[in-house]
Amino acid sequence: MSSSAGDPASVPIVDYLRLGSRPHLRARQCTNCGARYFDRRNACANCGGTDMAYARVRNQGVVKSFTIVHRAAPGIPVPFVSAIVETADGTSVRSNLVNCDPDPETVRLGMKVRLTTYAMGTDDNGTTAVAFGYEPIRSQRAGTKNPQGH
Amino acid sequence: MAGTRIAPDSVWVLGAHMTRFARYPEFDAVDLAAESVLGALADGGVAIGDVDVLAAGSLMQPPGLGQRIQKQVGQTGIPVYNVTNACATGATAVRAAVMAIKAGEAGIGLAVGAEQMGKMGLLGGAAKKKEKRVFEPSGRYGAVTGIDGYLGTATMPGVFAQAGMAYAGEHGGVSFEQFARVAYKNHLHSTLNPLAQYRKKFSMAEVMESPMMSYPNTLLMCCPTGDGAAAAVLVSGERLRRMAPEQRRRAVKLSASVLTSDPYVEWGQVQPDVNTLTRNAAAQAYEAAGVGPEDLDLVELHDCFATAELIHYDNLGLCEPGAAGDFIDSGAPFRDGATPVNVSGGLISKGHPIGATGVANLYEVVAHLRGEAGDRQVPGAKVGLAHVIGLGSACGVHILEKAAA
Ligand SMILES: [Zn+2]
Repeated sequence: MSSSAGDPASVPIVDYLRLGSRPHLRARQCTNCGARYFDRRNACANCGGTDMAYARVRNQGVVKSFTIVHRAAPGIPVPFVSAIVETADGTSVRSNLVNCDPDPETVRLGMKVRLTTYAMGTDDNGTTAVAFGYEPIRSQRAGTKNPQGH
Repeated sequence: MAGTRIAPDSVWVLGAHMTRFARYPEFDAVDLAAESVLGALADGGVAIGDVDVLAAGSLMQPPGLGQRIQKQVGQTGIPVYNVTNACATGATAVRAAVMAIKAGEAGIGLAVGAEQMGKMGLLGGAAKKKEKRVFEPSGRYGAVTGIDGYLGTATMPGVFAQAGMAYAGEHGGVSFEQFARVAYKNHLHSTLNPLAQYRKKFSMAEVMESPMMSYPNTLLMCCPTGDGAAAAVLVSGERLRRMAPEQRRRAVKLSASVLTSDPYVEWGQVQPDVNTLTRNAAAQAYEAAGVGPEDLDLVELHDCFATAELIHYDNLGLCEPGAAGDFIDSGAPFRDGATPVNVSGGLISKGHPIGATGVANLYEVVAHLRGEAGDRQVPGAKVGLAHVIGLGSACGVHILEKAAA
């Protein structure tokens, strides 16, 4: 999504996804114990500290767990792979695996992945929402439908 | 009574009852709860006028369930605690009554859990619906639209699938067949339980080939929604000592009653931790009861999904660390195995009317310890454990022991 840098017609799906030339996740980090949070906290759930600073989350990680969702609420495309990714700097993130067949033979626990972004929809004002997912590092393929970023 | 030692500060289950779990479109949760309350009182040989405190649990009912039950069974003016604590709601109601007894404020307490769910799905996480679609940040994550299905899954079959797959990743793998065998077992067990919502045996192939919900959980590896109620009459040892021999004989000792919440873990904000609080609750319960997992003759644990039951074998210390897959393969948790688990059929087949679940599992253990469980009786059962967990998270563990008479 390098074209989305500063583009008012694009918004991130959540505020902890930072777009721009190098899309990444941004967490609030407890300055006392280092615990990271994707939402605001009045005090750290780990240590009670109240001083938080922003931290950039690394884009690469490994799949710690996954499921392949075949039934979901109406309007959600299935099947898709939901995964818990542990980033290289030890932050757990939940998102979809993209550019990856939704097949238990393809998705592997411990698989190396990296963050990527894609347009997930456009609203009635013409604003595009940009979502993030994780794609396998070794099986990146050109020409699939949502290969954006990097 | 010679041979029976009843400590005055102990707490006992005097009476218990559950409705069959089923779909009852003609009844509401108050009807079902009242039936169980009257059943538990009769089972314990006491009347509503003897009860000093009432705790009523439900997750999806309008406020004031306890008071509405009183309108059906007797408005005696006693304190009522209406509790809600996710899928641990029923255990929380039990815990509230136990605390009142332990505090010396009540001699007899009544705990009831009930739910009328109808045919709602358990999928949740529905997309936001707006007349005009406008991407504007809202909520704690500044989300511009529904994130379920884009930033992973928030559905229950998926969340618990991820819990199971995380366990698989940490312990050298758990096969699809091993997860499926848990559901095969619980469907098989339910054929002997007349109170179960479903009583049909399925083959391993049928379990594995039923519609995939969220890999590795197929439809037959997921609990159904349903309606039902369960109630328990609890009594202090001091009061029980003065009761009739038959009441003392059938009373079951509540050796441990524990409630925990989820302590901080790094990944807790993206995947609910159902492990640590269960481990903590089990450790506290074993300590309080002075028993270990090897002493358990039966376990009713929270098998909302097959993946959940498998990881709780490890969390409750029923198997060697990391060996939950081997444990199911060994046959140990089957009714004729070393540690029978969910001989009732579990949530997967007995059903899961949410508020009732954490009382109904006490009912099941009590029935076995009294030797009154009929066709599904675990022979000679003396010690049992009941476990529930609700996301958010809350965990209840109760250990029950047959009277030493
Ligand atoms: Zn901290």
